[in-house]
Amino acid sequence: MRHGEHLRAYLREEAMPNVWCPGCGHGNVMGALTRTFDRMQLDLDATVVIGGIGCASRMPFFLNTNAMHTTHGRALTFATGVKLARPELTVLAVMGDGDALAIGGNHLIHACRRNIDVTALVLNNGIYGMTGGQLAPSTPQSFRSTTSALGSIESPFDTVELALAAGATYVARATTFDFDEMPQMIEAAIRHPGFALVEILSQCPTYFGRLNKLGDGRALLDYERDHTAPLEGITREELAGQLPIGVFREEIRPEYTRQYAALCDRARRAGNG
Amino acid sequence: MQQLIQGNEACALGAVAAGCSFFAGYPITPSSEIMEWMSRLLPPRGGVFIQMEDELSSMGAVIGASWTGAKAMTATSGPGFTLMQEHIGYAAMTETPCVIVDGQRVGPSTGMPTSPAQGDVMQARWGSHGDRAAIALTASSVLDTYTMTIEAFNMSERYRLPVVLLLDATLAHMRENVILPDIPIVNRSRPGSIDDFAPFGSPEFLPLGAGARFTVSGLSHDEAGHQRAAKSDAGERLTRRAIERVAADAERITLTRQEALDDAELVLVAYGITARAARAAVHQLRAEGIPAGLLELQTLWPFPAELVGSVARNARAVVVAELNLGQVVTLVSAVAGTTPVHHLGRMDGALLEPDAIAAAGRTALHDAVQEVGAAR
Repeated sequence: MRHGEHLRAYLREEAMPNVWCPGCGHGNVMGALTRTFDRMQLDLDATVVIGGIGCASRMPFFLNTNAMHTTHGRALTFATGVKLARPELTVLAVMGDGDALAIGGNHLIHACRRNIDVTALVLNNGIYGMTGGQLAPSTPQSFRSTTSALGSIESPFDTVELALAAGATYVARATTFDFDEMPQMIEAAIRHPGFALVEILSQCPTYFGRLNKLGDGRALLDYERDHTAPLEGITREELAGQLPIGVFREEIRPEYTRQYAALCDRARRAGNG
Repeated sequence: MQQLIQGNEACALGAVAAGCSFFAGYPITPSSEIMEWMSRLLPPRGGVFIQMEDELSSMGAVIGASWTGAKAMTATSGPGFTLMQEHIGYAAMTETPCVIVDGQRVGPSTGMPTSPAQGDVMQARWGSHGDRAAIALTASSVLDTYTMTIEAFNMSERYRLPVVLLLDATLAHMRENVILPDIPIVNRSRPGSIDDFAPFGSPEFLPLGAGARFTVSGLSHDEAGHQRAAKSDAGERLTRRAIERVAADAERITLTRQEALDDAELVLVAYGITARAARAAVHQLRAEGIPAGLLELQTLWPFPAELVGSVARNARAVVVAELNLGQVVTLVSAVAGTTPVHHLGRMDGALLEPDAIAAAGRTALHDAVQEVGAAR
């Protein structure tokens, strides 16, 4: 058997080919997910992957799990409904940066705040891919997009800081360059009993790379490597413009669906309703 | 047992009686009491209540829950109903059973939050982009609110559709003495076997996590759930099938109340809170010897065009009374033939009272008779 052949079981081959351009980083993430599912021996029948709209959010189509491909920015709202109605299911939301941070920003912070046991993967490539390379809330300042041809004058969101401030209980950042670390963080996020967010810096050669003259997919992986640094043992000053990579928070707080189940018990005992 | 309850409370009680086990919503006047009641009724029954961050997320959560097999609902009013349209379209596209209660208030925009209106009739049908199957119901009393909430659930489960129940600010907050009846409940039908079951285009419903793994998507898709977003007739095929499913059962879906129509020369058409006043107007006119009748539309969508047409064409004049500047009247006019159709509407937050409806009826009938006389 070819190396990795067994991972095909985690893919929905009849939905292929996928929509991603050559050199896109989203396939790296999907590959990492299949390896993670395999290592965890996840019950695919009891797993639901939910996407919004955009390149990253197409991923549910290609994974051999229960899947929802929903509306732009709103994947977490569907995920909240699924998880609350059937807490025993493993629920993942796969979103892009425009999806999660712009149109879905409100849903993101409230999912963090509730600490509902959903794993959110935010695939951040710094640009809108599916609609043709427009400015995203994650586009770095002075970078070009098809709606910021002279360079962006906007301050980008820091996804990790946002999730930390909003109360997510597992927060990590990885890159598609981190072939080994990224799936480890995804696994930890899935196992985490609460709202877990992993931001994965991903490469978009078609728009981000081309418009900013940063080269192809491989060159962008080098760019990821050169512009990130491990979180451990580094001060803010030492980062010098690099983005820290690693696990920023991993703490246990009361999880929403468990709190809700306890509330139902209390209501039953009190004979309410 | 007789009890004095509010319209919004009747709605919540109806939802629970219908088997609703999931409510997600966002506070808005005049519907907030529905969610307040659901927050108390669901937890002891093991159902889920969640207050979401807005109306978009409320509908998202409702659809997600419905896809696990739960009977799910939300309740809102005009501004929230507008925000929900994106996901009402998604629910239609994905054949997701769910119920949306819209306690109508004066619009557009924030309008008059505590005052009744009936301005969301067209939004209930066409608010989401694209074509789709749609069912929208009304209620004209507190008891009616209870029974029509159950009807809304039953129809949503039977036809796999988002069903809209249009209430209004007055009905929402009005209290009446009621004895709640037992009403048969429809449960979602599951396929006998998951082998080769196609999750879309079928009246049978297979929830997520039941062993058949497929994708639920708002992209045009085929029966198996594979996206067919380019150069494919799959989306049209499934939409037509959903529309035909409703059309084939139109007689069962289009509920009306008909009063004194047999010999009516003047027909009043009304729905919701306005139907109560129209009924009183019919009694007034009959007492004066004017042969008036009432057609109350309990189902607005699908619109009962055939019935309305035959009733209207048998009359000498029709008055459509509604709390807007002309919505259902356009549908009635289209099928009334040569019978003159008059509109009596307002959107100033006040109700249409029996006297005003009776007066409009008298004038309409008088004008029709004069016109025939003049033609001779």
